[in-house]
Amino acid sequence: MKSWLALIGRDLRLAWRQRGDLFMAVSFFLLVAALFPFALGPEPNLLLRIGPGVVWVAALLALLLSLERLFALEQEDGSLDLLLLSPLPAEAIVLAKAASHWLTTGLPLVLAAPIVALIYNLPFDGYGVLLLSLLLGTASLSLFGATGAALCLGARRGGVLLPLLVLPLAVPVLIFGTAAVDAMLAGLAARPHLLLLSALLLLALPIAAFAGAAGLRQAAE
Amino acid sequence: MTLCFLVGLAWALVFSPADYQQGDTVRIMYVHVPAAWMALFVYLNLALAGASLLIWRHPLAGVAAEACAPIGACFTFLALATGSLWGKPMWGTWWVWDARLTSVLILFFLYLGYMALTNAFEDQERGRRAGAVLALVGVINLPIIKFSVDWWNTLHQPASISRIGTPAIHSSMLWPLLIMALAFTFFFIVVLIQRMRGELVAARLRALGRLSVEGR
Repeated sequence: MKSWLALIGRDLRLAWRQRGDLFMAVSFFLLVAALFPFALGPEPNLLLRIGPGVVWVAALLALLLSLERLFALEQEDGSLDLLLLSPLPAEAIVLAKAASHWLTTGLPLVLAAPIVALIYNLPFDGYGVLLLSLLLGTASLSLFGATGAALCLGARRGGVLLPLLVLPLAVPVLIFGTAAVDAMLAGLAARPHLLLLSALLLLALPIAAFAGAAGLRQAAE
Repeated sequence: MTLCFLVGLAWALVFSPADYQQGDTVRIMYVHVPAAWMALFVYLNLALAGASLLIWRHPLAGVAAEACAPIGACFTFLALATGSLWGKPMWGTWWVWDARLTSVLILFFLYLGYMALTNAFEDQERGRRAGAVLALVGVINLPIIKFSVDWWNTLHQPASISRIGTPAIHSSMLWPLLIMALAFTFFFIVVLIQRMRGELVAARLRALGRLSVEGR
């Protein structure tokens, strides 16, 4: 457990040393969200209707940006082999990587989401559900993303391949995430959707651990 | 296989009765339903082959899994395309974002992702193993597709054929449908064996090519 936390701490320190990268994902997120009103016109009702979906799609795309480098740096400088030789199981390494990816990319996106919600005129009562659904959803997306990144390690054109693998897996998260916010806006209960999102997160944990570990071991062979 | 196709197609397209509501468009079913069944069945095969590749490391399993993927993708595409053609006269639209249609579309993308991943590595064996892991992760989609029509009550009708109890479809339509399904299954087996044989010959050719280069 201690070395697991140390691994996360190391990634967080690395991310903090290159603070600019943190803002890149967030600004990409805001920019994508700002593109929709340009393309669809500034009609408030329309924007209110598509707002939750836009937040989710933009967050999904922004999360994909940094996935490719999740294991690639470690593989290039050889520290991935050392990590795999360490007493820490490969499953724990994948989970630690997913956790640090979520802390460095997912969490800033969740914190930036109220800005998007504001420019789309979402009512303030919806913010809680939106943030909660994003918290749960981005965590599962980080887990699925770490799985994909581990499988793509060493592939040609990994940058194009990765979204192709991760996006189909991300569809259920997207469906329930937007459904939760839509239900809230329509005055219905958002709880069932949030519970389903939590179920997805719990499902993603073992899948990411085992599949991602298999991918890492294959890459190290 | 040819016999099954001949009997099945003749029975399905000519001799079976037209539906009293849908008219002759009901005949699309004899291609659509078997294709959709095969899309799931082939994915199950792909995942089983992937699992046996990961567990027993049998090289043939990798060849089989890789050979399955394009066939399954074709069946999935066929199911989507015929469904779309059937949906236009019946539902009045080519496509709806219904749970079953969406989950089959995801299945199609899973096949594409599998093929892209297996081809993306210099080392073929590594690509097959990475693909096998992906195929196993994608298995969660299968029960979602199977039960999507029961869980979400949407435009796509629930299954009319169940093994237990009497099917909700008359035997004059059921028999040609089952024969078509059998024909599709035989078709899959034949094409799979052909593709595997072709892949093995290609591997031998590559090995011979390497040997001749080294021998020079």
